[in-house]
Amino acid sequence: MSALLELDDVARHFPVRDALGRARGAVRAVDGVSLAVPQGTVLAIVGESGCGKSTLGRLALRLIEPDRGAVRFMGEDLRALSARALRARRRDMQLIFQDPFASLDPRMTVEDAIAEPLKLHDVVPRGAKRARVAQLLERVGLRPEAARRWPHEFSGGQRQRIAIARALASGPKLIIGDEPVSALDVSVQAQVVNLLQDLIRDLGLTFVLISHDLGVVRHIADRVAVMYLGTIVEEGPAELVFGAPRHPYTRALLAAVPGHGARAAPIEGDPPSPIAPPAGCRFHTRCPFAEAVCREQVPVLQGQARRSEVAAGGSHGSAGQEHLAACHLQDRLPPAAPLQERKAGGDRLRRLQAHFGAPAPQPETTGVNA
Amino acid sequence: MTPPVLEVLGLSVEFATDRGPLRAVDGVSFSVAAGQTLAVVGESGCGKSVTALAIMGLLPRGVRLGGAIRLLGEELLGQPGDPWAGRRGRDLAMVFQEPMTSLNPAFTAGEQVAEALRLHEGLSPRAAMDRAVEMLARVRIPEAARRAAQYPHQLSGGMRQRVMIAMALACRPRLLICDEPTTALDVTVQAQILSLLDELKRETGTAVVLITHDLGVVADHADQVAVMYAGRIAEAAPAAAIFARPEHPYTVGLLGAVPSIEGGAGRLASIEGTVPDLRAPPPGCRFAPRCPFAGPDCEAQPPLADIGPGHVAACWRAPLDQVLAA
Repeated sequence: MSALLELDDVARHFPVRDALGRARGAVRAVDGVSLAVPQGTVLAIVGESGCGKSTLGRLALRLIEPDRGAVRFMGEDLRALSARALRARRRDMQLIFQDPFASLDPRMTVEDAIAEPLKLHDVVPRGAKRARVAQLLERVGLRPEAARRWPHEFSGGQRQRIAIARALASGPKLIIGDEPVSALDVSVQAQVVNLLQDLIRDLGLTFVLISHDLGVVRHIADRVAVMYLGTIVEEGPAELVFGAPRHPYTRALLAAVPGHGARAAPIEGDPPSPIAPPAGCRFHTRCPFAEAVCREQVPVLQGQARRSEVAAGGSHGSAGQEHLAACHLQDRLPPAAPLQERKAGGDRLRRLQAHFGAPAPQPETTGVNA
Repeated sequence: MTPPVLEVLGLSVEFATDRGPLRAVDGVSFSVAAGQTLAVVGESGCGKSVTALAIMGLLPRGVRLGGAIRLLGEELLGQPGDPWAGRRGRDLAMVFQEPMTSLNPAFTAGEQVAEALRLHEGLSPRAAMDRAVEMLARVRIPEAARRAAQYPHQLSGGMRQRVMIAMALACRPRLLICDEPTTALDVTVQAQILSLLDELKRETGTAVVLITHDLGVVADHADQVAVMYAGRIAEAAPAAAIFARPEHPYTVGLLGAVPSIEGGAGRLASIEGTVPDLRAPPPGCRFAPRCPFAGPDCEAQPPLADIGPGHVAACWRAPLDQVLAA
């Protein structure tokens, strides 16, 4: 499996200045991250606010410049590209933002908004533009008549569909979604999550999902990277990161998701400041298992101890199945509490729910906000 | 039997807009007993926050209110003067979603907690400040005395929400309304704040109305649940019953629309379409245009009917086992 997108020890620090403009340290937003996203897979980057996940997404598209490290897209270092070559490359990499109210220009009709990337990258001849816009609208479950209308005429969910159509217009290979469904209400969020899954499958997209919503991540992602204070603390296949988390922070995140029985908060306190992250393991100040070594040495992101790999016939190391954690104690932690499946509604609820949701994306039938 | 702390009966709230009246809340009834948490669940625009503001007496003048709001057996609606004056902060208090905009940036955390104590309990500034520091310690703010002297911008989001809770609980109110108290917070901090609220509720016996869109939060922290859709209550029941035997199609859809961290194959149940415009709501059942079980009879408004112990649903198809049998 060749990686479509590869990050190699990427870092970005933002200087912090005092009232007189003098440098006073730096926010280490992304501090040495390496990742590979194979073609046709979905990687989710999860973490709490300020962990650096959005900065990482922008670095991956070279929308901001890294201080160090390499970003390779289809094997090509984006940092080595000229401005012109980079612009041409952008046809293959697109971004979907969180807020569909802010990301669409209110003075452009839906058709203009979706056609802009078509013009920019000369994707279709001028005469075919309108047909292509109609096709894109249909693809995201909107009627072609929507083309002549303005963004303010649409609800949040419909606007996010328009933003998705715009991102698809140039026929990209990679899409990065920065909290693409976080601003939406539950029922509308489910529609857009289903749409994204259909698009990823049908168009063979490579997708990087930046999200704090672990339910959405579990539903869409093949692999998951968990970030804490600018570094990746755990990375692996979604079912293993959720089912057998190897980093105490991942466990705390999962235990904090409501809906699995009220109990004591899994960890106390707030994340420390990224201006002065703790020495050693950055999580040691909140970690219930921390030992002396955690305060002194920075843990390396690595797989299970070699012996267990041998015991399992050495098959665990294969690409795509690697499960890595940056924790000194990862082989000594007590087993993670299993997730309790919510079965309250049982079979009856499942049968009732089967009546909901269309098998394929369908036009929304009601209520364009007049 | 002691009367409930709060009783809301047939509450309606109507706003005048440029394009005609908008009835944001339409005939909503519920009650909350001491030491209980009622969760009011729904999506944006369902009327849950407007209901909260109506109970707090915080809606602007000119908004038309109907029905009854009884606090400790006393009617608040339609009374001369301002029946909330002197009660707000003392008998009932509210925690808002966004602690940064609801705290005053010009006063320290301690001063803001002390204000209510001076106003309602007539404490001297010094005594009020001492009690404020005590309250901050009770909401588990470390180094409470030092934090009391800090301004909101010096505190983290979770810390600010703790200050809001300390302010709200300073005078031991009988009713606490929390409007999306953790929506702006990260998940680990959310868990801390919600378990703090549970603990304080157990200690003080305060009745809590928890307004939220998060069904996970409801499952863990509510005793009773009212599900709202387009200004009306669609279904209300004890929390366990809502999850085990939902009887309104909207509740069924909502439960299936939330992706869970246990995974689970396939597509999410999605409720097609969008919420109706409340200036021109559909006739009859407001959920009918999006409901997979709707029929011609749904053009008449279904009453909120009993279908189990403490369990009501406004649906002609309830109990839904009929649809499964069909």
